[in-house]
Amino acid sequence: MANEIHLRTPLKTEDLEKLNVGDKVLITGKVYTARDAAHKRLVELVEAGKELPFDIEGAAIYFVGPSPARSGKPIGSAGPTTSYRMDPYSPALMDVGLKAMIGKGPRGPKVIDSMVKNKAVYLASIGGAAVVTAQSVKSCKIIAYEDLGAEAIRELEVEEFPAFVANDTKGNDIFQLGVEKYRR
Amino acid sequence: MKEINVSKIIPVVKKLCIDTNYYASEDVVIKIKEFLEKEVSPTGRDILQLILENHKMAAEEQMPMCQDTGVAVVFVELGQDVHLVGGDFYEAINEGVRQGYIDGYLRKSMVDDPVIERKNTRDNTPAIIYTDIVPGDSLKITVAAKGGGAENMSEVKMMKAADGIEGVKDFVVDRIKRSGGNPCPPVVVGVGIGGSFEQCALLAKKSLLRPITEKNPDPVWAAVEEEILERINKLGIGPQGLGGRTTALAVNILQMPCHIASMPVAVNVNCHCHRHESAVIE
Repeated sequence: MANEIHLRTPLKTEDLEKLNVGDKVLITGKVYTARDAAHKRLVELVEAGKELPFDIEGAAIYFVGPSPARSGKPIGSAGPTTSYRMDPYSPALMDVGLKAMIGKGPRGPKVIDSMVKNKAVYLASIGGAAVVTAQSVKSCKIIAYEDLGAEAIRELEVEEFPAFVANDTKGNDIFQLGVEKYRR
Repeated sequence: MKEINVSKIIPVVKKLCIDTNYYASEDVVIKIKEFLEKEVSPTGRDILQLILENHKMAAEEQMPMCQDTGVAVVFVELGQDVHLVGGDFYEAINEGVRQGYIDGYLRKSMVDDPVIERKNTRDNTPAIIYTDIVPGDSLKITVAAKGGGAENMSEVKMMKAADGIEGVKDFVVDRIKRSGGNPCPPVVVGVGIGGSFEQCALLAKKSLLRPITEKNPDPVWAAVEEEILERINKLGIGPQGLGGRTTALAVNILQMPCHIASMPVAVNVNCHCHRHESAVIE
């Protein structure tokens, strides 16, 4: 555990295939934010064969609704939200090129199967450590669905954003393996 | 009869909303440090240290510890010798919440219609308000900022007398087991037992207000809390569900009488931010 690996977006399959659950990654580049309401709209676009508001090929989506930024700061507090609520939508987005999801808490079997099929990964960031996490966000702009408030899609420019590999491209799941290791 | 103008309530509620989101409470800091000493998972230790660092940074930067700054749950203890004047009491509380969430750079997380429209109300109102009439002539207000992730892992179960205390323990442990990494462990587990269907849920939420460094005043229930906590921390879930021994920081139980046919039990889960602050208006 705790290998530290640098990742740059857009993500390449060969970089993701090297990752194993438990690895610590530091992400640099563009990351897009989306929660429940934005996911619903994105999947409706995919199903209608319409263009998405950002390039999803090799993209990373961060499940977050940040708090408002103070003046002079790019973003407020920005920790992950619980990921299972995005389970109904994630496979459809991976099918069109999504390569990484960042959130907290375990994913369902269909999402894990889709990660194996699409060579994508799920990364766990630390819930409730939202001020520390926000330090790696260098810029933030709303690019779609402003009406959703905290749930609007934002394009973040991040530098060495820290996360742990929770599901790798081989179907391993840290939420199972970790618990088995420490259960008494 | 003592008069309190409701306009006095607004700045108090505003400050409580901001303070509870910016500053970690002492009991949580003590408990996290205590569990950090015992945590055997390296990732788990990393995460607990990061949480402590986040507490310090939030206070320094005047930022909320978590971006989910919660729904404002407001508990009021209104002295029966108080006469509230100068306007609508509940509107004053909501105005305090509105000002706290807007001026304090807190996230607005309330949607109006819960299913169909789900349109953000843009000022985090309405607050969820509970009022108890108590003896005396003062007004105590507690604001609990309740995040969605942990709240979603909560449950009410109408159990039967035959399930007994073992049934209660199994239900609470199983609820946390099924929650896994979702509610941002290490969690604080609030348990309400007895009353009625809706009352036990409120008891569970109120139980979370007891400092987690304090034992249950009833030694029998204190032992039950301790046993449930020990069983939860054997599940292996650990900080953020990535594996470890620190799954819950505390189990708090509140109980009350109930019908001969009933044994309602509610579990209300809180994340490690465990935010609530109180103030008294004389």
